[in-house]
Amino acid sequence: MKPSSLTLRRSVDTFIKVLSMVASLVGILFLLWILWDLAFKGFEALDINFFTRRTGPFTVPETGMANAIVGTLYITLLATIVGVPIGLLGGIFLSEFGRNHPISSAVRFFANILMGTPSILVGVFIYAVIVLPMSGFSGLAGGVALAIIMLPVITRTTEDILALVPNELRESALALGAPHWKMIVHIVFRAARAGLITGVILAIARVSGETAPLLFTAFNNSYFTYYDVEGPMKYVYDMTEPTANLTVTIFNYAMTPYEQWQKQAWAGSLLITGAILVLSVIARTFFGGGKKRRA
Amino acid sequence: MEEKNDVPDDTVQEPVLKHRIQVADGPDSEAENFDSLPSKLVVKDLCFFYGKHQVLFDNNIEIKENRVTAIIGPSGCGKSTHIRVYNRIYELYREQRATGEIIMDGSNLLSRSVDIMELRKNVGMIFQKPTPFPMTIYDNVAYGLRLHYRMSRSDLNDRVEKALHGAALWDEVKDNLNKSGLALSGGQQQRLCIARAIATEPDVILMDEPASALDPVATSKIEELIGILRKDYTICLVTHNMQQAARVSDYTAFFYEGHIIEFSLTRQLFTKPAKKQTEDYITGRFG
Repeated sequence: MKPSSLTLRRSVDTFIKVLSMVASLVGILFLLWILWDLAFKGFEALDINFFTRRTGPFTVPETGMANAIVGTLYITLLATIVGVPIGLLGGIFLSEFGRNHPISSAVRFFANILMGTPSILVGVFIYAVIVLPMSGFSGLAGGVALAIIMLPVITRTTEDILALVPNELRESALALGAPHWKMIVHIVFRAARAGLITGVILAIARVSGETAPLLFTAFNNSYFTYYDVEGPMKYVYDMTEPTANLTVTIFNYAMTPYEQWQKQAWAGSLLITGAILVLSVIARTFFGGGKKRRA
Repeated sequence: MEEKNDVPDDTVQEPVLKHRIQVADGPDSEAENFDSLPSKLVVKDLCFFYGKHQVLFDNNIEIKENRVTAIIGPSGCGKSTHIRVYNRIYELYREQRATGEIIMDGSNLLSRSVDIMELRKNVGMIFQKPTPFPMTIYDNVAYGLRLHYRMSRSDLNDRVEKALHGAALWDEVKDNLNKSGLALSGGQQQRLCIARAIATEPDVILMDEPASALDPVATSKIEELIGILRKDYTICLVTHNMQQAARVSDYTAFFYEGHIIEFSLTRQLFTKPAKKQTEDYITGRFG
């Protein structure tokens, strides 16, 4: 056997290195391009009116997206309230109670399918299950739709993160005479806390940018839907009405030929991208490494 | 879950053929009469299964009160599995099953009617890897106490201090009780786990290769500690280190492929083994 030439080996090595570097740069390039475009065009319309005025006719310059911002916050909050506890409990079941249970593999399978389901299908489903019976679009339906999209994400990440807690830790708690649930709450949660919070924040970030499931559920609204009454109810957001939200407003505005609206759509996109970015950065810096630390 | 004895067992490669293992001269280790000593645990016909796969076969053994009983044997022989039955910790895993009887204080601890939390309060366990909980040193030690008792803050303080003294850790941590248990060194973490286990004052302490993840200095501290704890507790020590068994135990059981091949006074087992298999193992002829 002839020894392979050193020059040949080195050039192949360099070639592969360069190739993989270029490939990764292409991936990052598009992301940076999008962000650059977004920042460039978005900042133009991002003024004080954008945050304080509600949506209005394109002929009026002093309009903003205040109602859409508030609506998105409420819808996402509702989705979090509904989706996070169920998702967490589901993940706890998979990891702690039903590890080898036949139900678990079924749950895991369906969670994976649901994660891969186009989100517009979830919107149509909620349209049939909530919007039609309630005979109207509502923020409620929008929140539930987002919660359904959140569910499998949180369930699976919760399971994955709890699985990183070493079994010896569980056994140590049980060996001291702790009941199963105390072992989970006192020991497993504590050990996995950072990872769990990261998972939840990333799931919230993921759904807060969804448009398709809201088209059929929350629809949109040019107004705030606070109750129009005197007294404390005045400050309660009415989620049973069609609810303004950023993503659908951006979608609607971007489809129009009016420059004013298009600019605002850019600003809205920048805002929502920025918010998701901030959430992700918070998750990774403050609670990050739930996975890394254990590995 | 697979058997946990998959640590590469290189201790048996040592040339023990030429020089016999040194056995500590316990004050009463040879003189005492096995039958006249009270038994803490009497194991009768214990069999154990991982699903359909049987790993323990009709184990019969008596664990004597206030003595250290060592369990030795090659990797995968079922020694860890055996003691994991004593506190029924194996029940965390759905597919694991034990049959037979283990009599403690007159009742079979494998019976369904046993209060498993009470059982585990009485039978503490130390694991191979130190497993401090992600909380302060104080809370680690207080964890078991808070589970089983309602006690005043000052009583709790006393018990925590006593347990830390008992585990020979007090002097090292007394000024840092509010530091995370994870911040301690490996050997200190293991002694913290021992403090945590003895805080509830169990009758029996199970130790599953408690020093195999530790350096020699930390190991000798643990071994010293076992010698002290022996006065107040019944200790069952699984080890793949024969020298360790010889150094710290009163009785030794040799396990092979799920069977108890030989069980006798440690001195006797290491100097005049009755069975050929035992002799082959302790002289390093197989592992």
